[in-house]
Amino acid sequence: MSMKANSRQVDGVTIVDCSGRITLGEGSVILKDAVRELLSKGQKKILLNLGDVSYIDSSGIGELVSAFTTVRNQGGDLKLLNLTKKVHDLLQITKLYTVFDVKDDEATAVKSFK
Amino acid sequence: MTNHRVSYTLDSTLETVDSAERTATRIASETGFDDDEVMRIAMAVREAAVNAVLHGNAYDPGKKVVLAFERIGQDLVITIRDQGKGMDLNKIPDPLAPENLLKTSGRGIFLIRSFMDEVQIHPSQAGTEIKLIKHVHGPSGGGKEASQ
Repeated sequence: MSMKANSRQVDGVTIVDCSGRITLGEGSVILKDAVRELLSKGQKKILLNLGDVSYIDSSGIGELVSAFTTVRNQGGDLKLLNLTKKVHDLLQITKLYTVFDVKDDEATAVKSFK
Repeated sequence: MTNHRVSYTLDSTLETVDSAERTATRIASETGFDDDEVMRIAMAVREAAVNAVLHGNAYDPGKKVVLAFERIGQDLVITIRDQGKGMDLNKIPDPLAPENLLKTSGRGIFLIRSFMDEVQIHPSQAGTEIKLIKHVHGPSGGGKEASQ
């Protein structure tokens, strides 16, 4: 299943609903382009909903890190929502679970952006 | 999978990475691993294939990746060999080091070691061979490295 990223606005926060596989090649590129486009429009409060992401490889992990640092460097914030067990486990073993702000409830996540 | 060896010679393309993952998924399932272990094995193979295609062969159309699966005793042994310059083992970073946590690459070998029972990396001037071993019965997980 190819990667898809659709964005919507909720109380000033851009929620990007991601689905499919974030892997080397198309999946990572789609995520990168989505975040880049949001930043170009000044949308710097980004919540990546990974609830329908079935698989992430090391390239996809790298793209998540890249998105996180790029948004932070521009004065914004990027958080993660609804991790599947697979993605949760990957972030745990790579110690990135402590780097990302991970939420499991959309309303709470939206409110957490200042 | 019975006690025999199957081998594939693949181009240095992204399709090879996907193909290697699919083949690993099929063979690991046929070998009798549960779904979680199949996912880990397939991911380790995918990461090894990425290394072979990107870092080893550097997408060179004249270079091939050889992927082999073999059942040896109670082990599933998977070998991925490229025709690159040979991986420099001293340059494999520790992705868990605080200074590396926000790096956007360098996690492939770490994930492979995390998901397999044994990992052997043999670099040479003719390329790098990485051997991934998963015990069919007995201890699983833990990512112990046997030798290099």
